[in-house]
Parts: sequence; C-alpha cells; structure tokens
Amino acid sequence: MQLRSKDLLGIAPLSPEEIQLILDTAASLKEISARPIKKVPTLRGRTVVTLFYEPSTRTRMSFEIAAKRLSADTVNLTVSASSAVKGETLADTAHNLEAMSPDVLIIRHQASGAPHYLARKLKCGVINAGDGLHEHPTQALLDMLTVRELKGTLAGLKVAIIGDIAHSRVARSNIHGFTKMGSEVVVAGPGTMLPPYLETLGAKVVRSLTEAVTGADVIMMLRLQLERMGQMYLSTLREYSTRFGLNLRHLELAKEDVIVMHPGPLNRGVEISPEVADGPWSVILEQVANGVAVRMAVLLLLIGGERA
Amino acid sequence: MSLLITNGLVVDPAQGLEEVLDLLVEDNLVAALKPPGTISREGRQVVEAQGLIVAPGLVDMHVHLREPGEEYKETIETGTLAAARGGFSAVACMPNTRPVNDNAAVTRFILEQASRRGFARVYPVGAISQGLLGEKLSEYGELKDGGCVALSDDGRPVMNAMLMRRALEYARTFDLLVISHTEDLNLRGDGVMHEGEVSVRLGLKGIPAAAEEVMVYRDLALAALTGARLHIAHVSTAGAVELIRRAKAAGLPVSCETAPHYFTLTDMAVCGQAEDALVNPVFDANAKVNPPLRTSRDVAALKEGLRDGTIDAIASDHAPHSVLEKDVEFGAAAFGLIGLETSLGLSLKLVHERVLTLSQLVARMSTQPARILGIPGGTLAPGSPADITLIDLNREWTVDVRTFASKSKNCPFDGWRLRGKAVMTILGGKIVSR
Repeated sequence: MQLRSKDLLGIAPLSPEEIQLILDTAASLKEISARPIKKVPTLRGRTVVTLFYEPSTRTRMSFEIAAKRLSADTVNLTVSASSAVKGETLADTAHNLEAMSPDVLIIRHQASGAPHYLARKLKCGVINAGDGLHEHPTQALLDMLTVRELKGTLAGLKVAIIGDIAHSRVARSNIHGFTKMGSEVVVAGPGTMLPPYLETLGAKVVRSLTEAVTGADVIMMLRLQLERMGQMYLSTLREYSTRFGLNLRHLELAKEDVIVMHPGPLNRGVEISPEVADGPWSVILEQVANGVAVRMAVLLLLIGGERA
Repeated sequence: MSLLITNGLVVDPAQGLEEVLDLLVEDNLVAALKPPGTISREGRQVVEAQGLIVAPGLVDMHVHLREPGEEYKETIETGTLAAARGGFSAVACMPNTRPVNDNAAVTRFILEQASRRGFARVYPVGAISQGLLGEKLSEYGELKDGGCVALSDDGRPVMNAMLMRRALEYARTFDLLVISHTEDLNLRGDGVMHEGEVSVRLGLKGIPAAAEEVMVYRDLALAALTGARLHIAHVSTAGAVELIRRAKAAGLPVSCETAPHYFTLTDMAVCGQAEDALVNPVFDANAKVNPPLRTSRDVAALKEGLRDGTIDAIASDHAPHSVLEKDVEFGAAAFGLIGLETSLGLSLKLVHERVLTLSQLVARMSTQPARILGIPGGTLAPGSPADITLIDLNREWTVDVRTFASKSKNCPFDGWRLRGKAVMTILGGKIVSR
C-alpha cells in the first residue's frame, strides 16, 4: 500500500487506512533513532527543502532531523533570509526552488491553503508543515502515534481538546484524525474561540473545561496565542487561566490513566499548570520524539518509492 | 440607414409585450414594431431573427472598468467590448478608479474615452465621499453636471452613519441615486470568505452574513429618515433579501440588485468544483469575492427575491483583476470576479429552471436597471434608442476565458456549459457585436 497523493496537505484528505499506514511506518522507524548511529541510507541522494514563512523551531528541526536520519540532503529556507522580503511571490520562490530539483518541499505559511496552491503548481511533493488556521497534518499524526503507543488503540477513546480552537490548525487536524480513527473528540474553550459550525467537523462542542475532561482518555491543551488578548477574544489572562487552564483538580475527573498532551511551546501557568506539565501523565516529550518518527515515515512514503 | 429585424420574439416588459414582431430601426431609434411581413424590406439591412428573442439592450448597473489607473486589468474599450459581447448596451461604472471618480474632471475623462473607444453606453457613478475615504462629501452637483448618474463608495462601505445620512440628504438635492455597498468593516474583520461550515473547515477567516445585514438595516433606516432614494448593491444573503422585502412593503423608495455568482455558486466554490472538493480543497482565488459567496439557503432566497420582485436588478459586479492579484495564495488574493460575458448565460438558467419568466428576466437585466438609474433605454417603444440585444435562448456554449474580450480572466465559471447567449448587440442602431 502507498499514499494516493504526491503531497501531504492535510489529514482531511487521508483515509483511515492511509493514517494507519503512516503510523505503522513511523512505529517501525522509531528504532533507528535509538541506535548509536542514527542513520539509514534509504533516502540517499534525495533532496528535501524546507520553506518556512513563519517562525518555528521544533517543527522545522524535527523535519530536518527526520530527513537526515534517512540520509536525505536538506536545505532550509526561512522567510527572513529569503527573497520574500524583496517582494518575490510565493509561486516564484517555489518555482525557483523547484528548478533546483528537490524531491519534496516542506512548507509552513501563514495563509491557509498556501501548500495547496503550491502543490498544484509544482511537480515535486509538497508537505504541509502548518498553513494558517487550516491544518498541521504531521502534528496530528505524531499526536495519534503517541496516543496509540500509550493506549494501544485510537478507537473508542475520548479525546478532549481545550483552548483556542478557532485559531488552531493543530485542533483542526486532530479533530479530523482522531474522529477518522474512531475516537470521540470533545472541544472546549471560551465562546470567542469556538467558531460557529465547529460541530460540522465531527467534534462535540461543550462550554466548560470540566465537562470536556470528565472521563477523558486524552487531554490536549492548545497554546494560547498571547496576541489574542488585544483582539477582543479574551477578558483577562487571569480569567482565561482560571476557567480554561488545566490543573491537578481537573485530572481527577478524567480517566485514571489519562494522558496530557500539548503541541508546544508551553505557556506555563496559562493553559497548563507546571504540576500538570511536569507530572507523570504528561507525554509532551514523547510527542516531540514521535514527531521525528512520523516525519521520517511521511518522507519515506512520499519520496522513498518509485514515485520519486 | 435603416435596419429591419424580422420575425423575432420581441420581449419588452415596459410595454407588456411578448410577441413575434418585425422591428424597424431608423435614425438610431426604434421606429416601429409591426406584425411580421408588414414592413417593407426594400433598401433596408435585414436581420433575420426567427427563433431569437429581441430584447431591449441589456443594462449592467454595476461594473468596474478600471480606467483610469488600472488599465492593465481593464480599459473602457475592453470592458465595453466585453459588455457588448455579453449582450449589454449600457453599463454603470463604479468610481474606485485611480484617481477616484469624485470630481467632474474624472467623470468627463471616462465619458470621453467611452465615446471615442466604447462599444456600449457608459454611465459613470461618482463617489459618495472624497477619495472614497468616508470623511467628506464629494461635489454632487459637479458630478451630476459632469455626467454621473448615481453615487457610491462601492468597494467600501460608508462606515460613518452620520456621513451616510448627509450623503442621502445631499444627493436628494440633485436627485441622484445613492448606491450602498453594505458591509460592516468591523464585523468583516480580516475575513476572506463566507463564515460557515466551509470557512471553519478550511481555516479561513469568515465574513458573517450579519456583516452585510446590519448595514442593510442601517441604510434602510437612514432612507426612511431622509426620504432619499437608496439602492443596495450586490445583495448576497437571505436576511438582506428579507429586510429589503419588508422595507418595500412599508413603502420605502428602495431598490436592490444581486449578481449571477450569488445565485449560482455557494461558499463551496472556494474548495473547487470537483466531487471531493470538501476534503481536497483547491482554495480557488477566483471564488474570492466581496460580499462572499454564501450558502445554498441564501441562493434559494435570492432566487425567490428575484422571482417576487424584491430584487429589482441583476448586475454583474464585473471586477477585473490580473494574475498579479489572483494567482497568489488565497488569503493574499484580491476580491472580485469578472461577469460581463457570463452574466446573461448564468441568468438564463433561471428562465430554464422556471424561476423567472423571460419577461421578468428582461425586466431585471434591462428595464429596471435603466429605470433605477434614470437613463434612456430599457425599452423598445418607438422613439427609444435602438439599443437591442438578440438572444438565442437555447444556444449551448462553453465558457472559455481565453476567448473573452475582457483583459482579465478571473472567472470561476471557466469551462462551464451554459445554455443561452446573446448573439447580437445593437447600439444606437449599429451592430457592435455578433
């Protein structure tokens, strides 16, 4: 089996079988990162370009490490160092990069749909590393891998996603992913951050954090983007952390073996208390480790075969 | 020279006419309408119109011709040729040019270009506020004398309610129509498409229907306050249709228009038109328009509004943009799409679907826009200008932007099969397109 598309643009277009394939592949690749020499020659001679129009440390680095462990050559272009500041269009930048014959282009962009736009124009594969408020598929895949490892399955779980759903591509991708794999997804957050029609994505929308986490197998806290404070979404940071910050008291309402996730970077003391972030239920660092495995799997599946 | 159009089905709602007649044109005017065969063909150019509809020249009361200032997108010459090809003999052009048409010098320039190079009559719309800035009134008397037929800040709302009140009051002085772009900019925020199921899925910021409706309500209230004539541009929501329906029932002097894309497409068009578009969205920048494409419920309400007469006119809001503005990521793309060459074909779907009668369609695309703007035309009554559109109701054709006269190609209907087309446009007795 292989993926149907040359690109990974989102979780929404993937079938459950494709998600399963990526997770299985990632699980089998994890072992490479535990070796003393963390490198296999699988993608030798392949070129991976990352094109980041938004600041990111962990996602870009995770992709780069993943590519290098598979022996691909990597080139990184970030917006401040690129021609974008000189007024070059996204399409021109991408065409110029493609002229150097990369096998896959990994893009993060502030505009929803920017990777889709490039995927239509380019012959090489395109991986979405986060587009606007739309999707962040590799984040959802690493989250699903983490949960599957710890719970043994994704079916029948209750997954609570808490926070600024409106502005979260991580939430959108995870809602698609977990519901496709048979979990129930419940979302909660302040009303300003729960857009109308959210339930049409397949998530159950509730008002309070307590209601969302009650009986949950997985609690996923989203990062509160502090710049939202000035945009009429919130009253005060204090009220947000009181009403929508996760603390030890909430964990008692969840399943006994609940796990707590966060896509990072953390606002300690805002959406998550330090005790929760550092406690035994926290799998935040497992998520980071699985990020490398999932990205290795995606690269392998997209450019490892004959298609490349 | 005289022109005789024979055996066509003359549809002229202004005269309550829908019958097969011969139409005689003399001295650029409609000279006579007589039963077939009763007017001599001798010495006359004859146009055989059997099986065709003979309608008063279509009037598009809302277009952007981009000249002066953005001639790379469209010129008065290419825009009016697109109009003629689409069956329009007259267009009203919005003032958001560079410089803005907020003074008679720009108005006169537009009219001069139109008379030298135009393929359709051009009726300039002047700016409500100087520079479209929403701060000070333009010189309405000067604009009217220069040739403007209405006022609008189209492309932007007049956000200041007091300025809008003053505009309505001042426009009354000169008997000028005020055309309102109804949108609350604060509610719109940085939205780029209709706020709903699709925007949530695509992670694109939404423009709620309420952003249009609160402004429609405000302007209706101001029309009631001032007694001035008000026309609401590009109505796109079910709620706006209902507000206008009630205002008309209450006797307010208000009229409105919608555009073919609003009763043809929904917000799904942003995803594209493939079957699996919702899960494999293409983020089609040609479906980015303001107001945004709404939902199927709004489409149904617009059709009902057109049918029951709440919506007086169909106007294309022809908004040319080049690839520079459109071939970019969705969020960065300009709002707007072209419509002059597809407007009639898309609107005829309403006749084929039996939403509108032929006569109602001609009323919405010719008679009523002419009456609302107070311009000549919109009828084939003897003595009227010989602006005539011949329509083949059943001609099947494929929309191909490469063949368009418009300089811009930003059209979400490229590749569509349509039934019905203008086959000849006559302007002042002269065939300008066939």
